[in-house]
Amino acid sequence: MPQVIRSPKQYDVCIIGSGAGGGMAAKILTEGGLNCVLLEAGPNVVPEKDFKMFVWPYELAHRGAGVGGHAGENFGEFLAPNGAWQIDGEPYTSAPGSDFQWFRSRIVGGRTNHWGRIALRFAPVDFRSKTRDGLGDDWPITYEDLALYYDKVESYIGVFGTKENVASAPDGVFLPPPKPRCTEVLVKKACDKLNITCIPSRMAILTKSVNGRTPCHYCGQCGRGCVTASNFSSSQVLLPPALKTGKLTLVTGAMAREILVDKGGKATGVSYIDKATRSEKRVNARAIVVAASACESARLLLNSRSTLFPAGLANTSGAVGKYLMDSVGSGGYGYFPHLEKTPPHNHDGTGGMHMYMPWWKFNRKNDFPRGYHIEFGGGREMPGVGMFGDLNEEEEGYGLSLKQRARKVYGCFIGFAGRGEMIPNPDTYCEIDPDVVDQWGIPVLRFHFKWSDYELLQAKDMQETFRSIVETMGGEYKTKTSIHGDLPFGIEPGGRIIHEVGTARMGADAKTSVLNGFCQAHDVKNLFVTDGAPLVTNPDKNPTLTIMALSWRASEYLLDEARKGNL
Amino acid sequence: MPSESISRRDILRTLAVGAAAGSVLQVIPAEAAAYVHQMVHKEKAASPAGNYTPKYFSTAQYATLIALCDMIIPKDGKSGGAVEAGAPEFIDLLTSENEKYQLKLGGGLSWLDNFCTDRYGKVFLDCASEQKKEALDLIAFRKNAKQDPSLSQGVAFFAFLRDLTCDGYYTSKIGIADLGYIGNTSLREFAGCPPIPD
Repeated sequence: MPQVIRSPKQYDVCIIGSGAGGGMAAKILTEGGLNCVLLEAGPNVVPEKDFKMFVWPYELAHRGAGVGGHAGENFGEFLAPNGAWQIDGEPYTSAPGSDFQWFRSRIVGGRTNHWGRIALRFAPVDFRSKTRDGLGDDWPITYEDLALYYDKVESYIGVFGTKENVASAPDGVFLPPPKPRCTEVLVKKACDKLNITCIPSRMAILTKSVNGRTPCHYCGQCGRGCVTASNFSSSQVLLPPALKTGKLTLVTGAMAREILVDKGGKATGVSYIDKATRSEKRVNARAIVVAASACESARLLLNSRSTLFPAGLANTSGAVGKYLMDSVGSGGYGYFPHLEKTPPHNHDGTGGMHMYMPWWKFNRKNDFPRGYHIEFGGGREMPGVGMFGDLNEEEEGYGLSLKQRARKVYGCFIGFAGRGEMIPNPDTYCEIDPDVVDQWGIPVLRFHFKWSDYELLQAKDMQETFRSIVETMGGEYKTKTSIHGDLPFGIEPGGRIIHEVGTARMGADAKTSVLNGFCQAHDVKNLFVTDGAPLVTNPDKNPTLTIMALSWRASEYLLDEARKGNL
Repeated sequence: MPSESISRRDILRTLAVGAAAGSVLQVIPAEAAAYVHQMVHKEKAASPAGNYTPKYFSTAQYATLIALCDMIIPKDGKSGGAVEAGAPEFIDLLTSENEKYQLKLGGGLSWLDNFCTDRYGKVFLDCASEQKKEALDLIAFRKNAKQDPSLSQGVAFFAFLRDLTCDGYYTSKIGIADLGYIGNTSLREFAGCPPIPD
């Protein structure tokens, strides 16, 4: 007969998930003196072993293509150990007519090991969107409530950028930005002609030493993970100080199954699967912080059913799993003949973009609500698998001519990616699939996803903008999209941008929201959610910085409640 | 140059202790990290090379693959070609792990031999160089399959092989140098964009 192993120990807080939200909670709560246990579903990460910094493609037998060429399906072989769209034994399903793709990263630090390091503040208007245009809902908190925490997060993790006074992209506490690359100089010129705002990007990468962390060495490989911790990851920047307090117990390979409650409706602990032994274990805690990633957190709440909470824990509103949003994504690329004359030089820079275009049409009348920003990159990057796939498709042939044209065009392509705001809609949510469990016996999520015309019109505008930037510089826009088909104007399938948020949203009204403004469950006072799930809107600013600011604020509130004896 | 007096083991220990003890906030000199990675390079570069035994393809198929890779990216005055760059080994390795590749490439090589036998009375490898060139000129362009649909499988095969050959070549030391990529190293400052001549 299977035995449930109960730990007699009572922790102050059990945190589920070690990414941006969970890592931040672990740091703030342990430094505040609370004894915490952190459950992480994946293994530990060992940067100097697991990160492929400085490795050349020819040093790997598969050259970056991965076993059987399959790594391309998950961003290639070089990225930090980063999870996947599909995990063996841990399925999810999509309802008929929906195609939602769910990226999960089961490892200490979660997706922060490989993320794009783009660290953008939400703007004041992003917290008051409904007041502005009548769509979606307002947040229960304002920009002013969060501004101090943005300051704290940026100061601690290190973010480069410049003060620009752009209404849609508030300034922060910035380190100096790196110099622009040739591709960025060129695109900036085009943007100036087109009156598109193009400014230094804001990235969680150190251009100066911060708290003893070494500045960036400009290898351009942040996505592989950084052995010197010169960029931000939870595993290297948040968990080390938390562990140093001696108050954090990190349990890896721990897949949370259910949050347990007592008869009074208070959370008492977490039941989890110890993957190594396939046995069920429990930890007891006076408070629970769920930060397993937005959809995984919703799944855990929905799977935590009891007589008090038959629809799932903290779900008397029915809002858990609803209001799911991703970012609107559409991409394209162009060929810039001007770059053919660029002399060979080190173009690597930091990982990702040195410049970007924040939403610049915020005070105009557009044919869609809200807005998007543009990321771009290209030029003389390290060659890799797939680099000449499109060229081969276009020019075909073989032999010396192929070799010569590769030399000619190398470094002359620039790719653009729009990231825009989705409006939550009633056809987009996740729920428990009644028929399917994962290998641990835990019921899985079923996704429903639909883009509305708001998002499609945004993608159309992105494509038109990319084309105008490329053509303004005498380039040729190569991407072809159409209004027809499953993905009009090149809009990516839901989930693909990996900005899924909103599935346990905060709100002033307990009837339509799961959490209050401190990420505390309306229904269960000692339960907090501090990942992307609390977000009420998903503006065109990648969510990670805001997740950390919210988590820091929620953690301080939790500390305060603990001091008052309110847990 | 980083000091050779710091052993890799010492540095790895420092890094590992840093992570384990939660003190990653201590300064890890960039030189130390660079040194570790130089050592990793040396170890990886020392992995066995030399005579390669194909993992998937038969001896005859592999010889044909080598000939095709050599024609797709030959050596020239500036740099070596796809064979010297290890493209055939790379393609064989991936193919040994992927059933779709096995069908596309194994089947494609058979298609090519059948095609050459019908046309020239011998398999591709035994054909004269003008015949080989003529065959590839037919299957290297989609438009030929429009005029002669019997070529379409050969065109699809060749397009796939061309992509893989480019992948193998442009991820090799030779191919990366041929493109003039400079980087993958530790810098104190990023210099930005050099002047671009008009």
